[in-house]
Amino acid sequence: MKWLRDNLFPGWVSGVFSALLIVILVKSLFAFVDWAFLEAIWRADANACRAAKGACWGLITEKHRFILFGTYPYEQHWRPAAASVLLIALWTFSAFRAFWKWWLTLVWFFGLALIGMLMWGGVFGMPYVENERWGGLILTLLLSTFGVAFAFPLSILLALGRRSDMPIIRALCVGYIELIRGVPLISVLFMASVMLPLFLPSGVTIDKMVRAQLAIVMFAAAYLAEVVRGGLQSIPRGQYDAAHALALPYWRRTWLIILPQALRVSVPPLVNTLIALLKDTSLVLIIGLFDLLSTVKISLTEPAWNGFGIEAYVFASLVYFVFCFAMSRYSRSFEHR
Amino acid sequence: MIEMKEVNKYFGAFHVLKDVSLAVGRGEKVVVCGPSGSGKSTLIRLVNRLETHQSGRVVVDGVELTEDPRTVDRVRREVGMVFQSFNLFPHLTVLENLTLAPIWVQRVPKKEAEDTAMHFLRRVRIPEQVDKYPSQLSGGQQQRVAIARALCMKPKLMLFDEPTSALDPEMIKEVLDVMVELAREGMTMVVVTHEMGFARTVADRVVFMDGGRIVEAAPPADFFSAPKTDRAKLFLSQVLGH
Repeated sequence: MKWLRDNLFPGWVSGVFSALLIVILVKSLFAFVDWAFLEAIWRADANACRAAKGACWGLITEKHRFILFGTYPYEQHWRPAAASVLLIALWTFSAFRAFWKWWLTLVWFFGLALIGMLMWGGVFGMPYVENERWGGLILTLLLSTFGVAFAFPLSILLALGRRSDMPIIRALCVGYIELIRGVPLISVLFMASVMLPLFLPSGVTIDKMVRAQLAIVMFAAAYLAEVVRGGLQSIPRGQYDAAHALALPYWRRTWLIILPQALRVSVPPLVNTLIALLKDTSLVLIIGLFDLLSTVKISLTEPAWNGFGIEAYVFASLVYFVFCFAMSRYSRSFEHR
Repeated sequence: MIEMKEVNKYFGAFHVLKDVSLAVGRGEKVVVCGPSGSGKSTLIRLVNRLETHQSGRVVVDGVELTEDPRTVDRVRREVGMVFQSFNLFPHLTVLENLTLAPIWVQRVPKKEAEDTAMHFLRRVRIPEQVDKYPSQLSGGQQQRVAIARALCMKPKLMLFDEPTSALDPEMIKEVLDVMVELAREGMTMVVVTHEMGFARTVADRVVFMDGGRIVEAAPPADFFSAPKTDRAKLFLSQVLGH
């Protein structure tokens, strides 16, 4: 009661606003529960949906497999499902500090190999599935995973290069970062998918997924580089002085003294950028890859389910939210160390 | 050990060191003092090339410091340095701070580096803090760790850049005691400090700087009892007067 009085009703002006807000909140909560649960239709029946006032979860009931797995052959859906679970397990496993040993790279290596085997198949009686048909959640997760794996080291090199004493390296890094940051991801994706093949010798083709991945890596690296540079700039000059005085050469100094400190202070903005990266992967739709959000859009093009966009997007948002929220919680636990 | 000849140093248009010449022999202890902005920190930072000079010569242990990074590296391996703000590595434990350079620069086996580290931690009288992080230590303890860290490289020459200026009064003594002990063992030392008691006890020579020049250089007995210049007299009356 005291808390209520102190925080919500300290004076009559604040009191009126608090009361108003509470009324609005309660009303919208009721409306939402009404829409999402009480009046909702759970059967996959489009006609029943149109008659009802509530949400039409029937769309999800019917389409969830397409949304999650895209155009992957229907009877083989257990494979991307297993691959997704495996990839999430790998990330979860890597979140524990106790496992940060050299063999973690081996775990990842074999984990990714296993995922590749599951997805492509062609062995152990699993029919071959070309990666043109991969889609949905696993595509989003794979693009993000490889995006981070390549963009992060690249971004560190870019950030170091931007602070280098060597003018040519510095100019190259500044040029790269500014160029990429100056254009939207969509145009980088377009360039990677339309223009890149023009530069390649005829006969050589790069897979569409690899091209999209390349664009995402290039894009994320530029953003991450600026975050890392911010961290580098926060290191006091005395740390450099001490490292110099101990005769530590450049790479050892950077690796042992500067980066561990710079990356630690960069954790919040790094995670911020990584969350953006995960969500940005949805833009691969425009070059014809079907990630989680694209499969939602496609499900809605079917005439029967036309007009139930909210339900489908709520579902997709929920999936994205779970991943992003997990990331942000993890980064918080990291900061409080 | 150190041979500086007509060294000039500029920060942009600002002339920090003007025709500074100074020679420090093996085993000699030199205290550098002077008002702030007189260039004394810059002077000792030149010795392991944390600063570069624009003209003149700086020779340390027979190696002239030049643009060539190899000369810089050779000198830095022989010279230990202690800073005003300690500059310990905050993400490493005391032991890791002490073994880092021996392991990664001198390629000493880990076990041996740790033994050396423990030896010097006992010398600076804080062996029990070995597994702590710098932020868990008091200023005086941190500075003693910093001294031990420099000693772990087995330097021939130690530079101290105002080692007690950032410390609370009750911690100054514990750091000075360690430095006096080091001096007694014959280490070559160049110390920038305002601790005139320390200068009197251990210095072979006191160098007084003002406005980027060495104004006076004399044994402490002479310098403190009969300073030759007015600026030195004024400075002494200010640091000793209270």
